Amino acid sequence: MPATYITTAPLSYYLLLSVVLFTIGVIGFCTRKNPLIMFMSVEIMLNSANLAFVAFSRYLNQIDGQVIVFFIMTIAAAEVVVGLAIIVAIFRTRASIDVDEVSALHG
Amino acid sequence: MIGLAFFTVVAIVAIVAAAMVIIVRNAVHSALFLVVTLFCVAILFLTLGAEFLAAVQVLVYAGAIMVLFLFVITLLNPLQPETPDRLGNQGAFAGALALLLLVEMALVVRTNVLPTGAAPTPPPGTNIEHLGLALYSTYLVPFEVASVLLLVAIVGAVVLARGRAA
Repeated sequence: MPATYITTAPLSYYLLLSVVLFTIGVIGFCTRKNPLIMFMSVEIMLNSANLAFVAFSRYLNQIDGQVIVFFIMTIAAAEVVVGLAIIVAIFRTRASIDVDEVSALHG
Repeated sequence: MIGLAFFTVVAIVAIVAAAMVIIVRNAVHSALFLVVTLFCVAILFLTLGAEFLAAVQVLVYAGAIMVLFLFVITLLNPLQPETPDRLGNQGAFAGALALLLLVEMALVVRTNVLPTGAAPTPPPGTNIEHLGLALYSTYLVPFEVASVLLLVAIVGAVVLARGRAA
């Protein structure tokens, strides 16, 4: 049985939504000093890229875009795990997680 | 037409929730708004015929990753209201950069030769069937490398979180 989809929005709509979400992520990453919020902004950016990948995969009728999204999700999970572990380790040593105060490696 | 209206509603909810993630001062509220955004993206995956990825998005992102986020937030956040970020002129630079990026990417989307009109008819078979075939044939080596990457991430997180106890 062939699957039926309700897609009627053109590809450019999906891409424009992806662009807007990516820009929101960039603004959040640049203007917040809480590393947790910065991580969430990175997640928004990754998701906007995922959306573009899946939209292209649908409109070009190729499955490869969805495979790439699968890998992006894997890498995002790994990145979040390691990143949050680093934040916890920093908080343990200096009881603050403001990114401006973490400058021990500053030359 | 109903599909376009549906897309518009979901897209607006996604954008508003994403904006709230970076606007609100409480990190827990940010995380909850991020869950809304991730759900909206999962719904859009469904409208694009990527059922498996929509399910994975909800399970892994909105489920596992956000629970991890909330754990760390509640672990670290002393219940004081967050002070406003001291930005200086960094805010203006960030705004200009973001505006430039937005215009640039929107121009690329508007001017490039994109497939227009309705989406093509998908090939016979289910989405997960195609995904599985591609994943375990063409992309077998990246798949195995990804599993090694996850293992390294687990070991790294354990080592980092354990501290100097041992």
